[in-house]
Amino acid sequence: MLLCDEVQLLRKLPYFAEVDTCKLKLLAFASERVTFKAGQRLFTQGDAGDSAYFILSGSVEFLVSTPDGPVKVSERGPNSIVGDISLLCDGPRSSTVQAAGVVEALKINKDYLFRIMDDCPGMTMKMTRAIAERLRLTSSELDQVRALQKA
Amino acid sequence: MQKTLLRYIWTHTRPQQVFILLIVALSMIPYFLAFDLPKQIINGPIQGQGFEDLSTTQNFLDFSISIPFVDYSFGFDGFPLDRMQTLVALSSVFLLLVIINGAFKYYINTYKGRLGERLLRRIRFELVDRVLRFPPRHAKSLNGAEIASMIKDEVEPFGGFTGDAFVQPALLGGQALAALFFIILQNFWLGMVAAFMVAIQVIIIPKMRRRLIELGRQRQITARRLAGKVNEVVEGLGTIHAYDTSNFERADVASRLGEIYRIRYDLYQWKFLVKFLNNFLSQVTPFLFYLIGGYLTLRGTLDVGQLVAVINAYKDLPGPLKELIDWDQARQDVQVKYEQVFENFEVEDLINPAIHTLTPASEQPRSDTLQAVSVSLNDDSGAKVVDHVNLKIDRGQTVALVDHTGRGAEAMAEAFGRLSWPSSGRICLGDQDIRELPESITGRHISYVSTDSYFFHGSLKDNLLYGLKHAPVKRYEYDGKEMRQRIWEIREAKKAGNPHLDIRAGWVDYSYAALGNGAKEDLQKSLLAALDAVQLTDDVLELALHSTINPEEDPKFASQVVEMRQALRTRMNELGMESLVIPFEPDKYNSQATVAENLLFGATLAPLTPDNELLSSEHFYTALNKVGLQRPFVDMGRTVATNLVEIFGGLPADHPFFRQITTLSAEDISYYQSLLQRKNEPRPVNFRLSGADKAFIRLTLEYIEPRYRLGILTTELQDKIVGSRELFYTELPAHLRELVERYDPDKYVSVATLRENIIFGKLSNSNADGIIELRTLAGSVSRELGFANQLLKAGLDYDIGAGGRRLTPIQRRKLNLARALIRRSDYYVFNKPLPGLERHTQEEIVQNVLAFLGQQENDPAVIWVLSNISLSRLFDKVVMFDGGAILEEGSYETLEQESGTFKALVA
Repeated sequence: MLLCDEVQLLRKLPYFAEVDTCKLKLLAFASERVTFKAGQRLFTQGDAGDSAYFILSGSVEFLVSTPDGPVKVSERGPNSIVGDISLLCDGPRSSTVQAAGVVEALKINKDYLFRIMDDCPGMTMKMTRAIAERLRLTSSELDQVRALQKA
Repeated sequence: MQKTLLRYIWTHTRPQQVFILLIVALSMIPYFLAFDLPKQIINGPIQGQGFEDLSTTQNFLDFSISIPFVDYSFGFDGFPLDRMQTLVALSSVFLLLVIINGAFKYYINTYKGRLGERLLRRIRFELVDRVLRFPPRHAKSLNGAEIASMIKDEVEPFGGFTGDAFVQPALLGGQALAALFFIILQNFWLGMVAAFMVAIQVIIIPKMRRRLIELGRQRQITARRLAGKVNEVVEGLGTIHAYDTSNFERADVASRLGEIYRIRYDLYQWKFLVKFLNNFLSQVTPFLFYLIGGYLTLRGTLDVGQLVAVINAYKDLPGPLKELIDWDQARQDVQVKYEQVFENFEVEDLINPAIHTLTPASEQPRSDTLQAVSVSLNDDSGAKVVDHVNLKIDRGQTVALVDHTGRGAEAMAEAFGRLSWPSSGRICLGDQDIRELPESITGRHISYVSTDSYFFHGSLKDNLLYGLKHAPVKRYEYDGKEMRQRIWEIREAKKAGNPHLDIRAGWVDYSYAALGNGAKEDLQKSLLAALDAVQLTDDVLELALHSTINPEEDPKFASQVVEMRQALRTRMNELGMESLVIPFEPDKYNSQATVAENLLFGATLAPLTPDNELLSSEHFYTALNKVGLQRPFVDMGRTVATNLVEIFGGLPADHPFFRQITTLSAEDISYYQSLLQRKNEPRPVNFRLSGADKAFIRLTLEYIEPRYRLGILTTELQDKIVGSRELFYTELPAHLRELVERYDPDKYVSVATLRENIIFGKLSNSNADGIIELRTLAGSVSRELGFANQLLKAGLDYDIGAGGRRLTPIQRRKLNLARALIRRSDYYVFNKPLPGLERHTQEEIVQNVLAFLGQQENDPAVIWVLSNISLSRLFDKVVMFDGGAILEEGSYETLEQESGTFKALVA
């Protein structure tokens, strides 16, 4: 996959919709292309987060550790970004993410992402909206789970 | 040491001084004979005195000596020679005397020089010896650079002075007295006038020099302080930059230099004033002669002949007198220096030399209990930090010392380590005070490690084995020429009062290695185990992997590296992991390597920057043209430039993204931008490439497809590059070919690091955990091959720099600990040896160290001052200090149950 293809894919993310192509190209260029084999971990729950991964191909699974061992909670495919939350709030990784098959990803460094955000004021807004959207989904799911538990 | 330098010189060189004085006296005989000879030659054969007749002959070398009282005389009638023969004979004698005089002068000068150099050697050694014997308290207030400047520079003039110390005054004094005596013989009163003037010079001039001496002293002290300051600036460079105080330091140095200038200028003024006065006084004497002598002559009491004789005789007086005064100045000068140095090295409480006596390895008595008996300790400010503490440590015990308040535990450990001396009470090994025991016992039975560490310039290994070098244990075998040289060294050392211990001998005493019983392998075992215990092994391996070796110096190791390379490849193939590394193969394009690496198929000594010899040579581009790659590379470079300019153009120069392309800076980007905007570049004549095209080619050479992902490196181009490898290399002229070391799967690449040699390829990006997997794999392969030990050995040769500064602080801490673990002692005193380490690592290392020492046969005791109190559960006994006294003492469990304070501290 070429740099310009990556840029095209990145652009599809709501985060980067308003960012200059030139800046996106910079971000893509500055990011490292990594390949994971099935079962390899992108990151582990509890680790400090210093980068997000943009999935170019393949899919990844989210695992959360429970007393009975890790439990798969969700899965995500190409053109999605994972690990972005702990980038923004400096906390540890909230779940383990591992490759479901061969996964090609772009490893986006935290510092670089922040620089791009500094340069594009619109992006911060987009990002906030995207995260708020996710929060809305998460809390409605949580409410449903609670309701189920009570029932 | 003697109070004055003259006395010091006399004490150490008395026989030689007497001898040289006699030689000087003896040399006077041919010297004066040579004075008389020209007169004889001119008067005799040349002017013809005694040769009035052509046939006259004179006897040459005739003499007769009669010994009085015994009435015996003997003589020689001489050879009858005519006028011409006499001329030749007398001239030959003159030549002979010239040679003899020269020979005497040569001998005397070398003798004096040797005398001086030996004394210099003696005094320098004596000073260093004193430094080694300074008491600990004094040692803390020393400035190393000042001491060094004293030993190196300030004593230097002593050597030059030594030869002249006694000979010069004797000789010149004699000459001056003779001249004065001669004047007095000519005329008593004029003689008295001369004597009076001499007396004035001899009395006044030294008085005036007193100020010179004072200034000289100031000059010396300020210069020494300057040396100290410069040393501070060098050592504290980091701190200076961190606090932006460089201008403060500049001001400090400038003001010191100003002070030195003032003193030196003052010194010059005085020196030349004294010189002026001195010259004046010597010239006044003839003035008096003319005046008084003339007056007397006019009055008729003195005849003209006498006056002329007196004035002639006076000619010989000022010369020696002046030199004598100069000698005196030199004497005072060195005396001042001597006193200055003397003051600094005359310290009360110097360690008794007997304590440092060289004791070769021998069966040392098994030492007994280490105990503190009513010990009080003061810190440097005089405050009491330990107050009448009694503490007994038995062999085999592990004791944790912890502080509740105060720093009693640390101070106590320092006292056990002999780093500070108790102000009252004593520390005993068995029933003897450790201060009275020789260091050969205390220094081997007790190993002390603290936060402060010092490393000596040398390799890691030298520093690790430092604690085993007590005495030469293995003689160095000399033969032939070396043997003669060694005998000379010993003789000279003895003559200068230096010890003649052989630095080339084997000093590492294997019998003191922590494990085993004195074999060489045991030492290696101890070394590896100690490194493991402090978790330094990986660091050492890393240092080794990062280093380059010269395969010609160690062909065996180089071939082992290649073996390791091949074994690793085989193993990767066996496990189906060959995709981890893309190897350098002669007929394949390595996609993770740069275009340049692929084309040259080799490593270059210097990175390929624009001013690299290879890239700045026209031949390089001609060769590119020959293989038909010039045009494609220019075009490709232009595309890369267009992309890079698009991506990076307009970014500020300090933007972190520039870190991504290490070879290019913001200036380079704008340079390429301007190149791209230029149209119709005028082409240089004779098909040479323009500067712009060369710049584009440089970009192409750096290109790596998976890194840039521009999709411009087509398979055809790749094949073309691979196919051109050989031709391109042969097209390069010989001097450029030397800059490239070509890859050969069966050969060691000397310009690459060990790691690059082992991997011999590029890590592929097809596996995110590739590095870790490769490391594990390489680790296991190297252990199986026994290569890990070889690698470790290479790592141990790493030069750690002055004071170990090429290591990280953490590595230094660990090394410091390992250095103590390697040597077998009965008591190990660890005074917070691991500050700055992570809690978790700290705990592991403490456990490792206790386990390591526990397996030693001699059953050592461990005293550990802990900064992390919870670790005290690992020890047999815990001693808690509070305000310099022991608050609680007992096992961890007991203390935890019974002591509230302790429980609170641990929690």
